[in-house]
Amino acid sequence: MKGKIADMAATPGKKDREDREEKRRSLVMDALIRLVREKPLGVIGAVIVLGMLFVGIFANFLAPTGYNEMSLASRLRPPSGENLLGADHLGRDILSRIIYGARISMYVSLGSSGLGIVIATIIGIISGYLGGKADTVIQRFVDGWMCIPALFLILTIMAVVGPGLVQVIVVLGALYGVASSRVIRSAVIAIKENQYVHASKAIGARTRTILVRHILPNVMGPVIILFTVNMGAAIIAEASISFLGFGIPPPTPSWGGMLSDSGRRYMLQAPWMALWPGIALAVVVYGINMLGDALRDILDPRLRGRLGRYGRGKVAAASLSGRPGRRFKRGKAAEQA
Amino acid sequence: MRAYMIRRLLLIVPTMFVVTLIVFFSVRFIPGSTIDLMVAEMAGTSGEEVDRDALERALGLDVPVHVQYARWLGVWPQRDGSFHGLVQGHLGTSLWRNRAVLSEILPRLPVSFELGILGLLIGLVVAIPIGVYSAIRQDTAADYVGRSIAIFFISMPTFWIGTMVVIYPSIWWGWSPSMELIPFGEDPVGNLAQFGLPAFILGMYTSGSMMRMTRTMMLEVLRQDYVRTAWSKGLTERTVILRHAVKNALIPVITLLGIMVPILVGGTVILEQIFCLPGMGRLLIECLTRRDYPILCGLNIIIAVFVLLINLAVDLTYAHLDPRVQYK
Repeated sequence: MKGKIADMAATPGKKDREDREEKRRSLVMDALIRLVREKPLGVIGAVIVLGMLFVGIFANFLAPTGYNEMSLASRLRPPSGENLLGADHLGRDILSRIIYGARISMYVSLGSSGLGIVIATIIGIISGYLGGKADTVIQRFVDGWMCIPALFLILTIMAVVGPGLVQVIVVLGALYGVASSRVIRSAVIAIKENQYVHASKAIGARTRTILVRHILPNVMGPVIILFTVNMGAAIIAEASISFLGFGIPPPTPSWGGMLSDSGRRYMLQAPWMALWPGIALAVVVYGINMLGDALRDILDPRLRGRLGRYGRGKVAAASLSGRPGRRFKRGKAAEQA
Repeated sequence: MRAYMIRRLLLIVPTMFVVTLIVFFSVRFIPGSTIDLMVAEMAGTSGEEVDRDALERALGLDVPVHVQYARWLGVWPQRDGSFHGLVQGHLGTSLWRNRAVLSEILPRLPVSFELGILGLLIGLVVAIPIGVYSAIRQDTAADYVGRSIAIFFISMPTFWIGTMVVIYPSIWWGWSPSMELIPFGEDPVGNLAQFGLPAFILGMYTSGSMMRMTRTMMLEVLRQDYVRTAWSKGLTERTVILRHAVKNALIPVITLLGIMVPILVGGTVILEQIFCLPGMGRLLIECLTRRDYPILCGLNIIIAVFVLLINLAVDLTYAHLDPRVQYK
């Protein structure tokens, strides 16, 4: 450890900076390469997420009909050649509504976790980097906010601002922003004690420079993880708010809304009405979560060590105890050998 | 240690103050007033004209909001000159039922409590084995299957699973959950049967995040030097994992308990609604639609106190379990 610090101190500033520049540029690339190489489940998740984005963006080209095109003839029609996934109580094609629903889910998930991460980063950096009185005051507010059940906050604020897509995005964004700020704050506190931040301060760098060049790039790991985790949570939350009647009003085809109101009412006569949006929702959230977990495995510095020392340790243990890797063929040890 | 505890207890005061601010003012911003709802209902039932101002005065809603807040806190005299508020330990009176808020909430507390505790237990029982196992078999088929199961359950909204579980058995087998609460004292088996399904759904829902945390912590611990030392001593896998790794990996999972409480409350709101359990969650929704401000505030104050105390307890046990942690 001591040697490392001495090394860093001895390295000329310019070369050091170039190295870091190199590393910074390749963070995303590096993560992608490792994702494809090591995390098949993460790749499945990524494919699902990209699929949702694709369907959401090109919904108007992909959907056979409009999302609110009613026809009495096809009322409650089971899945068939004409309506691949059936039709609902107003004769609207469910496949089309699910395709347009992907767009709504895309707005909700990207919008609210994007807003959330911006809020979280701002609060986290101010609170973590400045510390002192500002930190104390901000943290008491975050504490208070986190003590109140999220569902109560969501429902109350939704009742105040009224139902609607934008409202849902803003409310969820604010909620995730405050909740995630803790993670960013602790990451910032850990980073600001690093030698290179002290060095940067010593040569007279402005606070803004330190924040932008040193702190921000180093919290990118938690930021990406939080972003994906919140994406999944936002889709579920939107569905739950719509279920309780405070969410996105009809006829907008949100998956949650399709499940909750008419979907529940006609669950006996037309189970497909609640089945398909439920499956779409579950698959997409599953994909987002799997992608998020894979990214966490890759980006969390505490989980570094590519193949895991566990495997190596096990080989050593096995050979010492005279059982050469019998039980470990399945694991990483086999791959490494 | 004592100084730490005193400081932590003192910190609860400003946090609770923030909670009262958020809770009190957020519900007042909801459009539509209680008075309007009441006048409409009274006109509907008795057909008489109601004196709005008298009603407003009787409920104490005639003064400006900040005065109402100060009175509710107990730092401003009530109309009769007495101090009667949160600081003195009073949560106020329900606007609709004219009963003390506490006596409205207390009978519902055990219902939500039982549901939450059962859910949490089921969640832990599912989450920890899966988390540990998928960490020691990272990136193998076992890891993928185990995690997929746990993640699958947080990928579906609880209300959807809940509705399916209520509707389909009632069609297929004519079985439906009881509409009346079965008290544990009278019929323990019936009570557990009634809570079983919602608690299971809640447990599966919470298991996802706990499984994740367990797995991450295990992965981190498995890279520690002392685990390598344990391996190199020639200990069996069982000993290394159970005695050295799991014990340490589970400590941070305890902190999740504090974070879990508000999430559990959110889950119970929806499940109580579906399974007709008369708990705090249902009260919350009822009072939100009827704008019963004192009950809403009271509920959130009680939940917040719970959360704060559990967090404090978690932090105190934390240091007992992890000797590296020191109170500062």
